[in-house]
Amino acid sequence: MLGYAGRILHVDLTTGKVETATLKEELAKKYIGGIGLGMRLYLDNSKPGVDPFDPENPLVLTTGPLSGTMVPTGGNGHAFVSKSPQSFGVGEAKSHGHFGTALKRAGYDGVVFKGKAEKPVYLWIDDDAVQLMDAKHLWGKSTGETEDAIRAELKDHYIRVATIGVAGEKLVRIACIMNDKTRAAGRCGLGAVMGSKNLKAIAVRGSKDIAVPDKDKLLEIIKRQHERMKGPATRKYRTLGTPENVLVMNSIAAMPTRNFTQATFEHAEKISGEYLNQRFVAKIIGCNSCAMRCEHIAVVPEGPYKGTTTRIEYEPLWAMGPNCGVGNLDAILKGMELSNFYGVDAISIGDIVGFAMDLYEHGILSKEDVGLELKFGNGEAMVEMVKRISLREGVGDVLAEGVKIAAEKIGKGAYRYANHIKGVEMTGYDIRGLKTAALGYAVSFRGADHNRHGAYGPDVKGKVDRFKAEKGRGKLVYETEDLYTIIDSLIVCKFSRGTYYDGFKDLAGIFSAVTGIEMTPEELRLAGERINNLGRLINIREGLTRKDDTLPYKVMHVPIPDEGVAKGSFVSQKELDLLLDDYYEVRGWTKDGVPTIEKLNELGMKDLVHIVKGKLAPAPSPPKKPSKKED
Amino acid sequence: MASVPAARPAKWKLVDCDPDKCTGCTICEYICSLTKEDVFNAHKSRIRTTRLHPLVNISITCRLCSPAPCVTACPRDSLTQSEETGVIMIDDDKCDGCSWCIEACDYGAITLHPEKKVVRICDLCDGDPECVKWCPEEALDFITRDLMAQKARITVTKKLFKEAMEAAGIKV
Repeated sequence: MLGYAGRILHVDLTTGKVETATLKEELAKKYIGGIGLGMRLYLDNSKPGVDPFDPENPLVLTTGPLSGTMVPTGGNGHAFVSKSPQSFGVGEAKSHGHFGTALKRAGYDGVVFKGKAEKPVYLWIDDDAVQLMDAKHLWGKSTGETEDAIRAELKDHYIRVATIGVAGEKLVRIACIMNDKTRAAGRCGLGAVMGSKNLKAIAVRGSKDIAVPDKDKLLEIIKRQHERMKGPATRKYRTLGTPENVLVMNSIAAMPTRNFTQATFEHAEKISGEYLNQRFVAKIIGCNSCAMRCEHIAVVPEGPYKGTTTRIEYEPLWAMGPNCGVGNLDAILKGMELSNFYGVDAISIGDIVGFAMDLYEHGILSKEDVGLELKFGNGEAMVEMVKRISLREGVGDVLAEGVKIAAEKIGKGAYRYANHIKGVEMTGYDIRGLKTAALGYAVSFRGADHNRHGAYGPDVKGKVDRFKAEKGRGKLVYETEDLYTIIDSLIVCKFSRGTYYDGFKDLAGIFSAVTGIEMTPEELRLAGERINNLGRLINIREGLTRKDDTLPYKVMHVPIPDEGVAKGSFVSQKELDLLLDDYYEVRGWTKDGVPTIEKLNELGMKDLVHIVKGKLAPAPSPPKKPSKKED
Repeated sequence: MASVPAARPAKWKLVDCDPDKCTGCTICEYICSLTKEDVFNAHKSRIRTTRLHPLVNISITCRLCSPAPCVTACPRDSLTQSEETGVIMIDDDKCDGCSWCIEACDYGAITLHPEKKVVRICDLCDGDPECVKWCPEEALDFITRDLMAQKARITVTKKLFKEAMEAAGIKV
């Protein structure tokens, strides 16, 4: 079994005990790596119903079979998995850069953290030597400062660090885990889980060999991928980058604006990818092993935010820009830089600020409550709020709980302005007029997300009538979900997805060339389906049901008001039910969205059947209380 | 030994990195260690990438200094420089890994092999460096000093020309 290191590290932060366990080939082949292996390790090492911040809630870190190899974009990935303090279901987030490469080179496919350290610590992995180090002097430091300080004290510039910022320390529920200064395992609040364990950072030096079964065969595949990566499939990422989406989404009235008040933004030109690249982008860099390079580093050249330097992507740009009504790139870039500095999900933070602005505009939050002129469009106030939420200052304290919990605490009907699914904030697609995507968002096991499926693709590209909910959309969602899950388990970069011309065939070929394990395209597709079912099973174990496969209030009650093609569009409960029924059916799940025993057997998941037992009966009314089982 | 340093002979070609193009992807490290050691291991690569800041990336390997300080520094005469190509050749039987050459190299282009405990220096892959072939950004070039200067002149001229045209309001 090449590619894999064959070892999982178990770290008990309470006792300081460190052990390694063997990764069996059968498990590796079934759950691949990344989020697949991570979710399986999570399930096997956790008890149902645990609070995300309880020391007994494990935090799992994984690499993929390709990590540490030259497979383009595959060499660098890592993933975190835990119970999300936002969704209270499965939380997973991936990141790229150089950290995953180092972890694999140190000889680990995964790390399972359990318990809670008495005092702030960081984990120092130096190949086989693993120790917990005092992190008292790092507590309170930003993500970048922590990385620099650890490299300086361990005296090696090539040490790679994944770390939380102050937000994670303060259990801000949207806290992320940053690595290599500009990369984030952003979504689902896993930085807060790390903070709850008093674990400030993970530092890695890896110097082991990674061998491959057939060097020439692998190089042939890599050469092919390099060539494809220079072609049209990656053009967007290599040129304007994902901010190209601004004008595209705006032109089809699918760019949520002012917290989903409108679907078009009148200042779109001023924040477009075109303008951004012309005025702000100083350099485009790449992650380890990447042959396409997409990372646009922007620098603010003048004005009050002069010198601000940050990586930029469409999603955070949308969240802090149009979603807050802010049409000033200087402020947006500052907000993004601060998100990295404090260590918060740069998407969710924009959602929360937009939510607070909406409450302010509707008189639910007053000027006394916030102490700021928190109107849509006020860039300075947006930047200030990013800071306050990250530090839990003033009104930032309640907002740091995320829009769902904050709305419950604020009351006064605030839930109507809280744009989240399963507690995780929305991303930059107005799914009121993208109904295939709406289904994908509703069923995503990690909450609101465009990256668990590619379901916006058929809508945006005009392959289906995007304003219509109809049978058949379930299949579209299911197919891209299984592919995306494999992409996140191998781990390769989603921006490279277009270079796998033959989908599972190409990916299975890469897997086999690196690991020497036989894998047919159908087996790999099945693994994708298995991993999607696994995510579902964890959520079911944690008490999530069909009711949670829903959409934000505005998406279901407030039609798009903008004049034009999308005007009047929204997703009704009836439409959502139709979409869900269709999707569950294609997935082989019950009407309640529970995988059947037959389905689990078909996927080789007999060992997890106990999770669904007692939940398979057709939905009675009122629904039975799910029986809790210890396992 | 106050010898006057001779210039690097005009015919020698070295692997040179353009930091404006380098993205820090380390593909050069991967292909180097795979070519020379049959494994992926950056610690065994003869070329190393350094990122100081997201905007500052560069890959560095042997610069073919002449005279070469590493050769001078070696107390066991394990290193010799090819007159033909400028490559520093290592006599593994003589090298005991003392690392004086590593200290002497201003570029950090010499590494100690982690297992064999002898030093490793870029050998230009017999005149066809794999790292140059695989660099996806064409940031690496296999080039003589004269061509290096020529390339720099062309780059700066392009830049000045573009600035002048833009100042005149002409889009290029």
